[in-house]
Amino acid sequence: MGQNILEIVDLVKKYDGETILNGLNLQIRKGEVVVVLGPSGCGKSTLLRCMNALESIQGGQILLEGMRVEKNAKNITLIRQKIGMVFQSYELFPHKTILENITLAPLHVQKRSQSQVQEEACTLLKRVGLSGKENAYPRQLSGGQKQRVAIVRALCMHPEIMLFDEVTAALDPEMVREVLDVILELANEGMTMVIVTHEMQFARAVADRVVFLEGGRIVEESDPETFFTHPSSDRAKAFLQTFEFHKERQNHAEKQST
Amino acid sequence: MRTYAPMYVEAALLTLRIGTTGILLSVAVGIICSGVLYNRVPVLKGIVSAYVELSRNTPLLVQLFFLYFGLPKIGIRLSGQMCGVIGLTFLGGSYMTEAFRSSLEAVEKIQYESAMSLGMNSVQVFRYVIFPQALATAVPSVIANVVFLLKETSVFSGIALADLMYVAKDLIGLYYQTGEALLMLVIAYLVILLPVSLLGSVLERRLRYAGFGN
Repeated sequence: MGQNILEIVDLVKKYDGETILNGLNLQIRKGEVVVVLGPSGCGKSTLLRCMNALESIQGGQILLEGMRVEKNAKNITLIRQKIGMVFQSYELFPHKTILENITLAPLHVQKRSQSQVQEEACTLLKRVGLSGKENAYPRQLSGGQKQRVAIVRALCMHPEIMLFDEVTAALDPEMVREVLDVILELANEGMTMVIVTHEMQFARAVADRVVFLEGGRIVEESDPETFFTHPSSDRAKAFLQTFEFHKERQNHAEKQST
Repeated sequence: MRTYAPMYVEAALLTLRIGTTGILLSVAVGIICSGVLYNRVPVLKGIVSAYVELSRNTPLLVQLFFLYFGLPKIGIRLSGQMCGVIGLTFLGGSYMTEAFRSSLEAVEKIQYESAMSLGMNSVQVFRYVIFPQALATAVPSVIANVVFLLKETSVFSGIALADLMYVAKDLIGLYYQTGEALLMLVIAYLVILLPVSLLGSVLERRLRYAGFGN
């Protein structure tokens, strides 16, 4: 794993006078997969949105390869091209076909040649198992398919880093896997990624590092094995317990037998 | 009646010509002004808001009188037709602005963010992502405005333009054939406006089937 690609220093984000992120520090190395966990409302999504300047920040700074990521920066459109983002609700453009969705920004923002971009789009679609959907409209696709298209759309810009904001949260359970498989494959190829998710099994499988957020700060930061088996903070312990049902059941059974 | 039918046809053509020009320009003004409001362009935003209020809160006839009788006092002399086109555009522009603006606001904000995250600048976001989606939902109100503006052309007779209303009033004045003249007038307006309304409903249904906005 290489040098830091993204650096977040003392990040403060306030919204309507309420502090969402409170002096947060985080470095992401090239090729690293960082999973951000935390209770709802802890600022995970806000952190991700700050990383590509969809949110203004009130303190500290975010640097991508040394360049400041800031909403009003002159080169912000250039910086955003290096940061791929996938949203919970897909956010494909409903009036464009799948192919147009993917090629729109490479053609008009990066001014790449149409034949080259279309070819790449088709190759990527094939890789995520969506060959033949080029001329379909988003409404004709299932949630899982739409989300895979959204990932391809971001990839086609050749980003340095990908941000995933609870990308399976809106999906039916049987569609979660097909999306997570695509992300796992990207991880294996060495894509740098920051992932906000509620899929604990997936987090464990994909992460190089787990970051646990609470109250706008990083409370715990460790490799996935340590985090999931021996979390050091009480907050993280409590958080992880909410995902364990078999223990509840055991306790229940023990209570009944005594 | 047969004798005067050609006069109606000619008047209808004039109404249509000025109406179409004015409406096309109104749509252009509407698109530009709604773009300014949507993107909150400083300074221009204030000017556009002031224009919309001024235009919507004064009657077309008053606007036309101002152009036709008022401007010559400061040395600007415009032909009747010119006044008609400018007046209609001035009025229609604000109605179209509001129609487009509300449709633009109805496009979810996260679509804007999603386009931004792909590195688009605000002009590209507006052009490729937001506006096309807004256009689909704006169709019903734009068509309603078109019908409204075509009807408003009837006040052109007030500045001596020989439109439908003018011809009808003329004929009544000359021959006292009030009934026939008014009947022809109603028919002439229906012939022009019914197809527009029908086209509107067809378009609306088409767009709904196309499933815009998901």
